[in-house]
Amino acid sequence: MIDSSMFQLVCFYAFAAVTVGAALGVITLRNTVHAVLSLVLTFFSTACIWLLAEAEFLAIALIVVYVGAVMVLFLFVVMMLDIKQEHLREGFIRYLPVGIIIALVMLGEMLALIGVRAMHMAVMGANPATVAGVSNTEWLGHALYTQFLLPFEIAALILTVGVVAAVALTLRHRGGVRHQSAAQQVAVKPSDRIRIVKMAAERPAQDKNQEPTP
Amino acid sequence: MITLSHFIVLGAVLFCIAVASLFINRKNVIVLLMSIELMLLAVNINFVAFSRFLGDVAGQVFVFFILTVAAAETAIGLAILVLLFRNRSTINIAQIDSMKG
Repeated sequence: MIDSSMFQLVCFYAFAAVTVGAALGVITLRNTVHAVLSLVLTFFSTACIWLLAEAEFLAIALIVVYVGAVMVLFLFVVMMLDIKQEHLREGFIRYLPVGIIIALVMLGEMLALIGVRAMHMAVMGANPATVAGVSNTEWLGHALYTQFLLPFEIAALILTVGVVAAVALTLRHRGGVRHQSAAQQVAVKPSDRIRIVKMAAERPAQDKNQEPTP
Repeated sequence: MITLSHFIVLGAVLFCIAVASLFINRKNVIVLLMSIELMLLAVNINFVAFSRFLGDVAGQVFVFFILTVAAAETAIGLAILVLLFRNRSTINIAQIDSMKG
C-alpha cells in the first residue's frame, strides 16, 4: 500500500528527472527551436514541482507568463532570425570538458554546503496558507497588496519601461515607403486643403457676332 | 516524504547546468539568454521551497518580482538581439567585437 507522502516523493523524483533532462536538452540540442521547446518542458515540469510545494499561484503564473509569453517571444525571435547553425556550434566540443568540470565542481561545493545529512531533517510541515485559513493566492495577495505595495507598483513600472524600450529599440522607419500618417490626417486644417482666392468678378462675355433673328 | 534538501539540490543541479551552458554555448546569444532563464528558475525553486518550509510569504512574493523583472529583461534582450541581427546579420558573439572589449 503506497501512502500519500510516498506518492508525493515519487512524483517529485519524476518531475525533477524531467526538469533536469529537459535542462540538459536546452544546452546540448543542436537546433535552437528544439532547445526553446525543451526549455518550455523545463518550465512546465518546474511548475508541477511548485504545485507539489503547494505554491499554486506561482505555478500557474509560471506557465502563463513564461510558457505563454516569454517562450513564445523566444520562438518568434528564433524563427524570425535566419541563423546559420553550424558556425554557432564552433568550440562546443572544445569547451565541453571545461564546462563539465566547472559545473561538477560547483555542484560538489553546493552539495557539501547543503549537507547530505540534512536530507532527512527538515520535513515539509503544514501549509502556512492553510494554517492561516486562506488559499495560497489569497495568502500571497494579502502580502502583495499591503506589505509589498510599493515594490508591486515599481514592478509594474519596470514592465512598462520594458515594453517601451523593446518597441523603441526595434521600431524603424524605412525611407521611400508610401504610408498614411494618421496624426497628420487628424491634425489637418481647412486652410491646408483649399485656398480661397480673391479676384474681381468677371463681366459676362459680350456676344459680338450675334445672328439676326429671322 | 519531500524534504527541504530535495528542492535545494534540484535548484543546485539546474544552476550548474546553466553555468556549464555558459561555457559550451559561448557563440550563441539565444542559448546564453536561455541559460540565464534557467539560472533564474533555479533561484526561484529555492525561494519557493524556503517560503514553504519556513512559512514565510516573502519568498513567494520575491519569486513574483523575479518573474516580472526576468520577463522585462528577456523582452529587452531579445529586442537588442533583433537589432543586432538587423545591423550585423549574425548573432555569433565572436563576431560582435566592434566595442573591442
